Amino acid sequence: MPERYESEGAISGAGMGGAMDLAVTEAETLERTPEGPDGSGPAGKPRSLWSDAWRDLRRNPVFIVSALVICFLVVISLWPSLIASGNPLKCDLAKAQEGSQPGHPFGYDGQGCDVYTRTVYGARKSVTVGVCATLGVALLGSVLGGLAGFFGGFWDSLLSRVTDIFFAIPVVLGGLVLLSVVTSNTVWPVIGFMVLLGWPQISRIARGSVITAKQNDYVQAARALGASNSRILLRHIAPNAVAPVIVVATIALGTYIALEATLSYLGVGLKPPTVSWGIDISAASPYIRNAPHMLLWPAGALAITVLAFIMLGDAVRDALDPKLR
Amino acid sequence: MGRYVVRRLLQMIPVFIGATLLIFLMVNVMGDPIAGLCGERQCDPATAAQLKKEFGLDKPVWQQYLTYMGNVFTGDFGTAFNGQKVTELMSTAFPVTIRLTIVAILFEIVIGITLGVVTGLRRGHPVDTSVLLLTLVVISVPTFVTGLLLQLLLGVEWGWIKPSVSPDANFGELIVPGLVLASVSLAYVTRLTRTSIAENRRSDYVRTAVAKGLPRRRVVVRHLLRNSLIPVITFIGTDIGALMGGAIVTERIFNIHGVGYQLYQGILRQNTQTVVGFVTVLVLVFLVANLLVDLLYAVLDPRIRYA
Repeated sequence: MPERYESEGAISGAGMGGAMDLAVTEAETLERTPEGPDGSGPAGKPRSLWSDAWRDLRRNPVFIVSALVICFLVVISLWPSLIASGNPLKCDLAKAQEGSQPGHPFGYDGQGCDVYTRTVYGARKSVTVGVCATLGVALLGSVLGGLAGFFGGFWDSLLSRVTDIFFAIPVVLGGLVLLSVVTSNTVWPVIGFMVLLGWPQISRIARGSVITAKQNDYVQAARALGASNSRILLRHIAPNAVAPVIVVATIALGTYIALEATLSYLGVGLKPPTVSWGIDISAASPYIRNAPHMLLWPAGALAITVLAFIMLGDAVRDALDPKLR
Repeated sequence: MGRYVVRRLLQMIPVFIGATLLIFLMVNVMGDPIAGLCGERQCDPATAAQLKKEFGLDKPVWQQYLTYMGNVFTGDFGTAFNGQKVTELMSTAFPVTIRLTIVAILFEIVIGITLGVVTGLRRGHPVDTSVLLLTLVVISVPTFVTGLLLQLLLGVEWGWIKPSVSPDANFGELIVPGLVLASVSLAYVTRLTRTSIAENRRSDYVRTAVAKGLPRRRVVVRHLLRNSLIPVITFIGTDIGALMGGAIVTERIFNIHGVGYQLYQGILRQNTQTVVGFVTVLVLVFLVANLLVDLLYAVLDPRIRYA
């Protein structure tokens, strides 16, 4: 993947005569990139990697479908009452485990709560955990990995050893040990745990891609012009090293949602009365024989969500890395 | 080769110390190891102090860690709170989980690599697309859901297998649990092999082999596959540790009394000795598996030599 950026840098650098021009153009190119997606620009202007990727993505049905699913999920996690009028905590024990009925398409769960309402409301916790954990992991991992890759030396070796240590601990096991003593009923301990055990994955990716990016000519040029380390890192390296992190983070988002459900299934993730897919699947699992619908609906919602994020990550990778095709 | 192994073994030491220290701290600082001894009730302060002194828990954590590691290297993993030696628990639990892991790894190798080769050679073909889609579905359904569904369908509805595994846990009973445990990794192995095969298919040595007139089978197996296996072997190697640790979910679903079961019980009952002991062994397994993988590289790719 990083080769792509090298050629980008080389092309935008090669045509320029003076070093001064080069630095200016470089800065302009990079400034454009953040809003990149829409800026495919008029013909004649060199297209950035991001506008290229966006053109590919717009024509990729996998991307469109998964993006639509994710938009839908975000909307119903913000405003679940849009499509579910009931209250997820209002239950009627007399109706426990009953199947599909008019007005209650998914039937009732073991406590007599409406499975449809609970499945809709469950999206919020899963999406919150996934998004917050991914943001935390991506931020911590790319800052640590990026700095280590940029400066090298002692801190770099230390960071590599520390990530080795974290890789040696199985994730589910770490979750059980850390979260079994937590009594808090919020999503934060779960998110904190995921950030704690998840950052080494991103930091490795970020480190590798920063090392590739810092060998480019335009970085040398910027340094020769007397740019400070922070300017080189933020303006020249970061925009060219961020793509692999975005891809891995998108796929990781899906796996964090699945991990939250797994931890809830083991009884250490989120806890009732929180409404979450993991909790509902876990509660329904003993009755899977008599009332499989109680398990299948939340499990299906969970699977579709995870699938959407993984497919989105896949599509973005294909768009950002033409070499793989 | 010998020097390389020694260097790698030396590199393993800090990782081993770090990982065990981390888990030791998690267990000891986060939880109260004494709480498990008093059952559901709150401990009487005097009793708690007495117990802490007895187990050496009044000393600083680093000293506890050193004492513990010293004992571990003389083969003493301590005693669980119910009086059973932790090594005893291990001797019943590890064989079961090792069998389960072997079944899972076999699934990954046989099915994963076969599917990967088949799809890698036919990119864009309907077979390729459908297998790729299938792997995505398998990856996105969490293991515990796959496990519960297979248990329901195969064990309860169709009666092909017993829904839960007997204490003996012989290979025959572990086939379905092994498949469940392997499922997500199986999908990754398929995708990795596919990418690797598709990349190498256009390489010069494959063209040479075809030009020499070698039979297609030999080209694929001896030339293409052998060179494409390195990333796959890396993945499977790191997966061994993850499988043994991740068996917690699978073992819970199928009621298998292996490492995952003991760990789960240990964590719920705050049985620190069991948890730390089992995790120490798991970390060792992970490190040794990674070392073996690195040595396997040289076998697969003769260009790689360890000085």
